[in-house]
Amino acid sequence: MGQHISDIYSSSILMAEAEVGKHFYWDIAGFLVHGQVLLVIWFVIIILLSISFLGTSNIQQIPTGWQNFMECVLEFVTDIAKNQLGESFYKEYVAFIGTLFLFIFGCNWAGAIVPWKLIHLPEGELAAPTNDINTTVALALLTSFAYFYAGLSKKGLGYFKHYLEPIPLLLPLKILEDFTKPLSLSFRLFGNVLADEITVAVLTALVPLIIPLPIMLLGVFAGSVQALIFSTLAAAYIAEALE
Amino acid sequence: MDSIVSAASVIAAGLAIGLAAIGPGIGQGNAAGQAVEGIARQPEAENKIRGVLLLSLAFMEALTIYGLVVALVLLFANPFSS
Repeated sequence: MGQHISDIYSSSILMAEAEVGKHFYWDIAGFLVHGQVLLVIWFVIIILLSISFLGTSNIQQIPTGWQNFMECVLEFVTDIAKNQLGESFYKEYVAFIGTLFLFIFGCNWAGAIVPWKLIHLPEGELAAPTNDINTTVALALLTSFAYFYAGLSKKGLGYFKHYLEPIPLLLPLKILEDFTKPLSLSFRLFGNVLADEITVAVLTALVPLIIPLPIMLLGVFAGSVQALIFSTLAAAYIAEALE
Repeated sequence: MDSIVSAASVIAAGLAIGLAAIGPGIGQGNAAGQAVEGIARQPEAENKIRGVLLLSLAFMEALTIYGLVVALVLLFANPFSS
């Protein structure tokens, strides 16, 4: 069931509108796929790939231009991992946490900055891929697998002993925690991104000029903060499993 | 959609987000107040405090967002609509 925000707030001309629950379906090998999400994800991936290609294609001792920029980005991402995991373990997980951060950051900013509304699809609309719950759940489940992998590879089956610590009475809560972690991770990201788009859409329906701009800026800021939080939490969960 | 169901859904959506905003509002106020106090006492620690504050504010914000997700489900993907 899908509804148009603009049906609720009927207005003459809309520059931005949010469609919740409407998708541009692709039928790939019997699976229904949300095409609008895939399109923007590919856009983000291409941008990330081309920036990293530019940064590494002509490596010099004294970095300039893109290489300089990419080194800054790498340092930032490494700091996220190092702060949570500590000096001795962070190297193995920089790739995972950095990818999470850059991908979510790219997705949020692609939704907040690029004027997708100018491109019309038969159904659904192009927006940040993270405003689809499937994207965020996939990322959160990857995080779950990552911390289980981290725990099992470091301690073997002894990893499961932490379920009984400090007292076995807490076993149900500990098991529940494994389910609430991905749930809260995915809902947090999904809700924040979608809430921002809906706020912008409602404000644009009420006052089309200038007034929505601060909220859009807030969306850009919130997008980066959410990417930082998602990757920090992923690193913290992995660190907890490694302890 | 049945009119009773839609009325109940709209009221529930409003309550979901309104009630979910109370706790995080108090928490965020506390956190921001303490952070301002910390900065006033030790201005050179401002950057560190700001980072931690933003992170913890986003955690509290998540609680309201859960309410928002419930509200959105009720409005746009209502399981009782058929």
